[in-house]
Amino acid sequence: MLLEYIAIAVMIAVATLIAFIAIGLGELLGPKKKSEAKSMPYESGMNPYGEGTRRMPVRFYLVAVLFILFDIEVVFFLPWAIVFRQLGIFGLIEMIIFIVILLVGYVYAWKKGALEWE
Amino acid sequence: MTAEQIVFLIVALVTLGSAFMVVTTRNLIHAALWLVATLFGVAVVYALLNAGFLAVVQVVVYIGAIAILFIFAVMLTRKDARDSGPQTHKNWWVGALLAVASYLGLSALVLGWSGSSKAAAGLPSGFDAVGQLGEALTSPNAYVLPFEVASVLLLAALVGAVYVAFNRK
Repeated sequence: MLLEYIAIAVMIAVATLIAFIAIGLGELLGPKKKSEAKSMPYESGMNPYGEGTRRMPVRFYLVAVLFILFDIEVVFFLPWAIVFRQLGIFGLIEMIIFIVILLVGYVYAWKKGALEWE
Repeated sequence: MTAEQIVFLIVALVTLGSAFMVVTTRNLIHAALWLVATLFGVAVVYALLNAGFLAVVQVVVYIGAIAILFIFAVMLTRKDARDSGPQTHKNWWVGALLAVASYLGLSALVLGWSGSSKAAAGLPSGFDAVGQLGEALTSPNAYVLPFEVASVLLLAALVGAVYVAFNRK
């Protein structure tokens, strides 16, 4: 049974190895000349301003909550979809009820402007 | 020891170790990242229990969404990401005592059960766990009502988040 997961274990091992090699090689071979410009945080070439730990706008949280909700919805879809043909019309109606209830919230978020980003 | 037992022991140690780091590290962002490690350990335990679907859901929902939400929540709050206050409550020993007592009680319960010393029977071949889950979620004799109620719960979470975030205008 463990053998089914060996591919995932190999992937984790290879990914970790590549990370160590990438950082370790740079550390070993790279020249270490320090300068003020080099020790600055990288912010896409712009001079960074303010603190790195400032408060973020609440919109990010809303996006994360929306993502979780529809993530969970998809998690419910998968087992339903696998047995969809056996369930027939009854299963379809159940899932439509489930989606319609969630759509109410989606429409509310839409009308409130939660999906717009100014 | 079988290979599964060795894997379980390693995973349990890593999970407990990262759970310990979650509550002891002073940087909240680091605590959230240790929580990701803990949740991944739980996912591996699910996989060891033949619950492959739950393991994937654990990674996708808990690590992919809820842990990220925690990190967002830390970034949204005041500059308290680095806490300097004491990390233990003065009544910590009461909590420790209760934890040990519940552990002993649960152990006594499990050890008292006659099946606790037997090995679990293997799953029958061709066992379709996800399909069975789908049938249980939609069958009127099983969990169709909790399934529909779950959508109401998700709706409440969505409306609540939008209300809290947008009602200051």
